[in-house]
Amino acid sequence: MLQIIHCTVNGKEQEIAIDPRESLCDMLHNRLYLTSVKRGCEVGECGACTVLVDGKAIDSCIYLALWAEGRHVLTVEGLQGPNGELNPIQQAFIDEAAVQCGFCIPGVIMSAVEIAGTGKKYTREEIRKLISGHLCRCTGYQNITNAVEKAVNLLADKAAMKKEK
Amino acid sequence: MYDIEKITVVKTVQEAVQALTADPSAVIIAGGSDVLIKIRAGKLAGCRLISIREIPELHGITMEKDGTICIRPLTVFSEVAENTIVREHIPVLAYAVDQVGGPQIRNIGTIGGNISNGVTSADSASTLCALNAEVEITGPAKDGSGLAVRRVPILQYYVKAGKVCLGPGEICTGIRIYKKDYEGYCGYYFKYGKRNAMEIATLGCSVVAKIKNNTLEDIRLAFGVAGPVPMRCTHTEEAVRGMKIGETLYKKLAEEITNDVNPRDSWRASRDFRIQLARTMPVRSLQALVRNAAEGKKGGSNAKVGLI
Repeated sequence: MLQIIHCTVNGKEQEIAIDPRESLCDMLHNRLYLTSVKRGCEVGECGACTVLVDGKAIDSCIYLALWAEGRHVLTVEGLQGPNGELNPIQQAFIDEAAVQCGFCIPGVIMSAVEIAGTGKKYTREEIRKLISGHLCRCTGYQNITNAVEKAVNLLADKAAMKKEK
Repeated sequence: MYDIEKITVVKTVQEAVQALTADPSAVIIAGGSDVLIKIRAGKLAGCRLISIREIPELHGITMEKDGTICIRPLTVFSEVAENTIVREHIPVLAYAVDQVGGPQIRNIGTIGGNISNGVTSADSASTLCALNAEVEITGPAKDGSGLAVRRVPILQYYVKAGKVCLGPGEICTGIRIYKKDYEGYCGYYFKYGKRNAMEIATLGCSVVAKIKNNTLEDIRLAFGVAGPVPMRCTHTEEAVRGMKIGETLYKKLAEEITNDVNPRDSWRASRDFRIQLARTMPVRSLQALVRNAAEGKKGGSNAKVGLI
């Protein structure tokens, strides 16, 4: 039996009919057609389904859709500017050639959004720890780490400059 | 789609106890990083769930007037690791929960679920044992009206592998750590696994000790995966308590451990290897703890990257 839930997805208030047995990943991918949310391992190991719920990165495959009631969900589709401009984090992935097959990338980008949200700078080792919940089947970790490091530190600089002003 | 027969969402402890009393075979789900995986694997397929994660009173960490730290069970690992009370008074717990799974898991997994699923490899469990934590359990009152609260030491909370002492209608509603058990103590958590992230401990070791005048005034040593449930090494603790810090102490520590631990063979590691680890890890942990204490650091772990 379907159940109605209310939540904000990528800044837009939504009223969605869900099956209480489905995961948030199923809901975002199959009902809202947000195909950046990838269904990978389905046991919370690979991080391909990572989205932000109230600003926190979670594996949406092991998060029931009904738990999203009243919450804010953010996926890669919600990162673009009003005219489709890329977010600086997305741009960093292009600049650093961090994308190979691309399956893991939307998840890593969402973790990067959470990390950048702190406004702090991180060392390379810290970045590696903060994105350790993602698996890349192409083993493209070096460039992915380069991209996250670049984006996070760039946004930290911007935040610091804003503060000074 | 998960194979769930029915899911009941409760918003208060009262509702949770009522729902659980009405359906004793229902499974409680909090963070879901354990239960949903068991459903997916078929072990809990077709179960009826009671979702307690929306109970506001079961979130957060507070310090009571007498210095008792009360961690509510639905507090997720990342919140425990970032909490100022935990970092200031029992940083070893922050270090321990910072080693659970990966960042996304630490944003959903709860500390109450970590101990209540009765799993010996739980990263928080050995440290909570070393901190003499007490578990607060709420269930139906005997006369059938209202709620009854009882407290058990965490070592008694564990009954056997995968089983804790929650009776019919009972849920875990708090984890309490007393001032006498943390004041003046330092701690160190050592997790042995093959990877730095997304790993289940081959062996986990938590040492909480008080060092004064170069003497080991008190020590509490706990292991995960050294037996079917998290355990304390009381023989070893007694044997080394009061000794001077030095090689004699470390040698004695490694010798005595074998009287306390009884690990198993599993696909992750053999019994012999776990015994070797059990002899080595407490020594290295205590050595690190002594070094940290000299620098005025109250907590630490073997993680490559510590708390951020």
